[in-house]
Amino acid sequence: MGDSVAETTLPEVDEHPVQQDRSEKDTLLDARGLTKRFGDILANDRVDLIINKGEIHALLGENGAGKSTLVKMFYGSLEPDDGEILWGDRKVTIGNPAAARELGIGMVFQHFSLFEALNVVENIALALPNPGNMQDLAKRIETVSRDYGLPLNPDDIVADLPVGIRQRIEIVRCLLQEPRLIIMDEPTSVLTPQEADQLFLTLQRLAKEGCAVLYISHRLEEVKRICHHATILRHGQVVRECDPTLETPASLASMMVGADVAAVSAGEQAPEIGETRLALQGLNAKAATPFATALNNISLELRAGEVVAIAGVAGNGQGELFDAISGEMPAAASMIHLDGRPCGNKNINWRRKQNAAFVPEERLGHGAVPGMKLSQNIVLTRHGTGDKLVGAGFVSNAEASVLEKRIKQAFDVRMSHDDPEARSLSGGNLQKFVVGRELDRNPGILVVNQPTWGVDAGAAALIRQALIDLARSGSAVLVISQDLDEIFEIADRIAVISRGFLSEAEPATDMTRERVGLLMAGGAETQGEVA
Amino acid sequence: MFEAVLLTVITAATPLLIAAVGELVVERSGVLNLGVEGMMIMGAVIGFAVANQTGSGSLGVVAAVVAGMAMSALFAFLVLFLVANQVATGLALTILGIGLSGMIGEAFIGVPGLDLPQLYIPVLSEIPFIGPVFFQQDALVYLSFALVAVVAYCLFRTRLGLVLRAVGDNHGSAHALGYSVLKVRFMAILFGGACAGLAGAYLSLAYTPQWVENMTAGRGWIALALVVFSSWLPLRVVVGAYLFGAVSVLNLHAQALEFDIPSQLLSSLPYLATIGVLVLISANRRLTLVNTPACLGKPFVPDR
Repeated sequence: MGDSVAETTLPEVDEHPVQQDRSEKDTLLDARGLTKRFGDILANDRVDLIINKGEIHALLGENGAGKSTLVKMFYGSLEPDDGEILWGDRKVTIGNPAAARELGIGMVFQHFSLFEALNVVENIALALPNPGNMQDLAKRIETVSRDYGLPLNPDDIVADLPVGIRQRIEIVRCLLQEPRLIIMDEPTSVLTPQEADQLFLTLQRLAKEGCAVLYISHRLEEVKRICHHATILRHGQVVRECDPTLETPASLASMMVGADVAAVSAGEQAPEIGETRLALQGLNAKAATPFATALNNISLELRAGEVVAIAGVAGNGQGELFDAISGEMPAAASMIHLDGRPCGNKNINWRRKQNAAFVPEERLGHGAVPGMKLSQNIVLTRHGTGDKLVGAGFVSNAEASVLEKRIKQAFDVRMSHDDPEARSLSGGNLQKFVVGRELDRNPGILVVNQPTWGVDAGAAALIRQALIDLARSGSAVLVISQDLDEIFEIADRIAVISRGFLSEAEPATDMTRERVGLLMAGGAETQGEVA
Repeated sequence: MFEAVLLTVITAATPLLIAAVGELVVERSGVLNLGVEGMMIMGAVIGFAVANQTGSGSLGVVAAVVAGMAMSALFAFLVLFLVANQVATGLALTILGIGLSGMIGEAFIGVPGLDLPQLYIPVLSEIPFIGPVFFQQDALVYLSFALVAVVAYCLFRTRLGLVLRAVGDNHGSAHALGYSVLKVRFMAILFGGACAGLAGAYLSLAYTPQWVENMTAGRGWIALALVVFSSWLPLRVVVGAYLFGAVSVLNLHAQALEFDIPSQLLSSLPYLATIGVLVLISANRRLTLVNTPACLGKPFVPDR
């Protein structure tokens, strides 16, 4: 992270990999008619997939299209109900992850499968069948990780490491197993653009050495950039195969969704900027736990009519900043102003009554109570803001259910029956609900953390458009996001958070991805210190 | 005088040490077994009964270990395979153990016990002061130290220990890597049960060689507290157990010397000391957090 600041001139990633004629290549893995059923749902329906040696193969699809189920069968975490897997030309049964590793199949998980309390060597040793002596292993880790440009210190405890380094551990762990196929599930979602470039170089080197990569990503730009071939899943079936280099991100997206994805439009180019609605002045906060991030002298002015986005790699203080603004973490009164009124020490409900609304990152468990119905979840955030949801201490179920129906319709929240429990909604649908619940109030100030994390293209476009529309109608919108595509799509001004320091918010038109990347990698910090 | 005090400290500390080391292994695997007291008292009564019937102290010890393991197997079945709530199941296990032991032990109340053979190490045990204190103990005292050494070594120097810690830290990842979370936890729970049984045997065969109803008198709970107190580090359990043993013995001696302090206050010393040290330990939050098994008490249900 810090060290990559110096390396501004990374070697160029090979932008357009030469498309090989697939039939002439050696087949590494040949899956035929793989079927997996969970209860009534057919997660994978007769999926055929061929992966060649030395190929970076993209696996695309919306949430719930069956990508994870498919790769879990390759990695031995799930057993197919029907169909067969050929490895080379031999039919294999992959009963468990150890069997997969023995064949030479490695996996880098989306949600890291690391052990936080253990150090780097121990984490890697756990994945190797014969790790041998720990000192020797530590030396091997140092050599291999340096060799691939992913340097690691074997004695570091994982809990102390930033996400970018954690992913390195996962990759090096795979490399030490001398894999012939590496499965990567959304590897760049936690990386800065520079770190992602470094990862692409590593992947291309692996491919040149003959190792195949199965690459799952929602970021279609990078799929186009580094993948040789793409297989697209929809509702558990293979709907298309294509050469991503010949496609555009938009055409890939429409293949995934099965319809054209509406482009998000920013509306009028020069938004009308009004008075300041939310002001942060020298916001400081100590880290609440050893693994949390302290906030350092954060200042920001959010004005009516604009969308300001805060970019940054996960774990750099976004959660803490959100908690301070929403009132979950108290601060000194003068550090936060809503419409000019100091409120750093006021609670979340007071702030809601000032016409502010908040959508936290974690939708299930933080944004919504899993075991409660949607209408009850509406009462939880909106009981104090004049919707007649509570009268004389009693909850009005009728009013809540009116709101529930309105939100459901306006934000296309799909559910199997009326007013279900929050936990029964899929991730994308629940996100539409928690964002919709606040937008429905038409708040004057909206603060939202990761509005479209893990949400499919269609739902993401809907949410982003709604955020822009809210701002254009005269509200102030603050978006905290790790997705640069999203940020450049919707933001009028962009600030970057790094280790608890926030850079100055600059007009989006003046920002480039490279500049954002440098700020993410620590530039925001030095800027913050100067200021 | 000092020598006598030290000797009583050792006997007071040993059962705590054995039970706590066993529970430490259980908790490192991510399971919270609050049934230590119940397993311990079952070990005490069964150990005493078998020793009394067969006339062999060693057989009694073995039977106590088996009894502790049987109790823990019941616990393991409930929490691992039926995914019962760990706290409730542990409490139930304690209540069951106390009740059951009272029933089994009824016939043995007032029956004189038999002493465990002392293990005198030749030559060394002749040294004044050091000899009696360190080399004239019963076998279980030596065993308790061996146990700590073996557990510490296994936990931090072997693959077995690494897997155990991994399971306790993140059972989802351990499962994804292909380790059997339930198997590891089952073995750990059995080990904890064996240790609790052994600690019980020490009480009824060595500490006070007789059976008295409810004779564990909360030692199982103290062992549980010691595990937290030690931040899940075996060598610290030794410190904790001996500190606790010392404070409780001090209380007896202080009463004998008729200090002008109410005896109730003296009796509460061990518990006050525990609270005091827990406060001190938790000051270093980072160390505690890294060593606390992150999955402690969380049930594990494998993916579909």
